Amino acid sequence: MSVTVRIPTPLRPYTGGKKEVSAQSGDVEGVLSALTQSYPDLRRHLFTEQGVLRSFVNVYLGDEDVRFLNGPKTPVPDGAQLSIVPSVAGGVPQ
Amino acid sequence: MLTLTSSLLVRMHQHLLGGYPREACGIMIGQETYDGAQQSGKIVHDLVLVSNAWEVESEREGLRNRYLISPEDVARADREASQRGLDIIGFFHSHPDHPARPSETDREFAWPNVSFVIVSVEAGQVVDTRSWVLRDDRSAFDEEPITGS
Repeated sequence: MSVTVRIPTPLRPYTGGKKEVSAQSGDVEGVLSALTQSYPDLRRHLFTEQGVLRSFVNVYLGDEDVRFLNGPKTPVPDGAQLSIVPSVAGGVPQ
Repeated sequence: MLTLTSSLLVRMHQHLLGGYPREACGIMIGQETYDGAQQSGKIVHDLVLVSNAWEVESEREGLRNRYLISPEDVARADREASQRGLDIIGFFHSHPDHPARPSETDREFAWPNVSFVIVSVEAGQVVDTRSWVLRDDRSAFDEEPITGS
């Protein structure tokens, strides 16, 4: 009963260099939460201090952005692939 | 240490100057170098030039003051890099009429372990190019040297 999670380059040092890791199936929130229990150093880069998924952390189920599915509650079926895809933002001081 | 050849640097600067006075941005793909298990640097092999997605998302405000690289562009660059046996090793963007130092928003939306090259453009001219790496604890950026070869 597991799913595959693809880890983007900037976060691979926290998964021992692995590009893909396994996690327990569930919904998106549950899979990511289980992932950060296995790899605690990932947590601060995926979630804010309030425990909310950071806005520039994008999660894809297969090729679909979960924001266009059911967000954090999107079910991730056994054997599915979840990808964490970073977006990047910033800019000069206001 | 970030290795960036002069021809890639010229291409980067041209792309960023083309966006002036707005912020412009792109993705660097290449390879990490290691000294034992420790990452010792990164070598840029190519640039993926992207459009500033902020313009699309926010037409009314802040066009000059923000950049956004969309997840679609990052996913596309990641596929292109993988096909060539490379990785995304960093991102670059311009600071129009501001120093080449990371802002608080840069830190909030950055990722660790990759390079953030910031190019200061003043009055349509490149005046400074610096590279920064976010600390593991996200508390600050550290500058890393850029070398031409």
